[in-house]
Amino acid sequence: MLQVSIYRFNPETDATPQMQDYSIDTGGKDLMVLDVLELIKAEHDSTVTYRRSCREGVCGSDGLNINGKNGLACITPLSETVRKNKLVIRPLPGLPVVRDLVVDMSLFYAQYEKIEPYLQNDTPAPAIERLQSPEDRAKLDGLYECILCACCSTSCPSFWWNPDRFVGPAGLLQAYRFLADSRDQATDERLAKLDDPFSVFRCHGIQNCVNVCPKGLNPTRAIGHIRTMLLNRAA
Amino acid sequence: MVTQVTSFSRNGLSDWLIQRVSSLILLAYFLFIAVQIGLGVDYTQWRALHDTTAMKVFTLLAVGAFVAHAWIGLWTVFTDYLTEYMLGPIGNIIRPLLQIAVVLALVVYAIWVVQVIWG
Repeated sequence: MLQVSIYRFNPETDATPQMQDYSIDTGGKDLMVLDVLELIKAEHDSTVTYRRSCREGVCGSDGLNINGKNGLACITPLSETVRKNKLVIRPLPGLPVVRDLVVDMSLFYAQYEKIEPYLQNDTPAPAIERLQSPEDRAKLDGLYECILCACCSTSCPSFWWNPDRFVGPAGLLQAYRFLADSRDQATDERLAKLDDPFSVFRCHGIQNCVNVCPKGLNPTRAIGHIRTMLLNRAA
Repeated sequence: MVTQVTSFSRNGLSDWLIQRVSSLILLAYFLFIAVQIGLGVDYTQWRALHDTTAMKVFTLLAVGAFVAHAWIGLWTVFTDYLTEYMLGPIGNIIRPLLQIAVVLALVVYAIWVVQVIWG
């Protein structure tokens, strides 16, 4: 029997959060963490609350803190995370808890909004599409794949301390995605907005973001590229 | 609320660059001093070394680098941990007080060094 411990908090009835334990029969299968949550909800306790949607690592809904490391519950197999038969599931750290494993993502989305995550190009739109050379298109690889699950930003101490000012790894990865796009014309305006002491420069390169990204992306490298662009712009 | 008004240059890139350049100056200075001490110096040699204009300039440069480096570093630490977000309203009292204390200490150190090497 797998020993599962889940963070429970209902702000309407609980004064403080608490951990609740369950013994789960996995039938000897190497289930995903999300399967275990579904089992608990179906067979033990229907009040356990969490977000989930696609259950295949595409939608980014079920970012959770699993045995101390942020990840997507739907693509984290038990064999990868369970040690000593124990599974501890908490909400993503650093964001306000709405209920149980559901966090309020407003601060995270506000930072995403800040970097203006859309193509800016004032030239007349061509009849079909704005073309890009294969080389220019390749520059977006490792950037466009982000699903905004918030695993990276909520594992970043700089984001914990300054979630209102530091854009965070997810936002900065997307900032670079548009800085690197040959079709975007707002490079200078984008860089000007990132030049303050907080937005980019609170990153101290500890790479928690790289360590947890379920899609294997590297926000630290993107932040390095942004720094280089800021340096070149100022030089 | 944490603002960048008290930051060294009010610009992230400048702070970042100053932090790196000042660390190189400090590294060069302390390596030089370590080598001098490693080679063995007596008081007269030490005095003669620090009486040269080049050494005075080097020391002053190192002190300038130290002041800038310490302020940027501590400003970052203070605006990470000693904020309203982390401590509640008291954070907005503790942070400026500590910032003033650090500025005072750094100014005193800088003047003191000038007095020692040119006094």
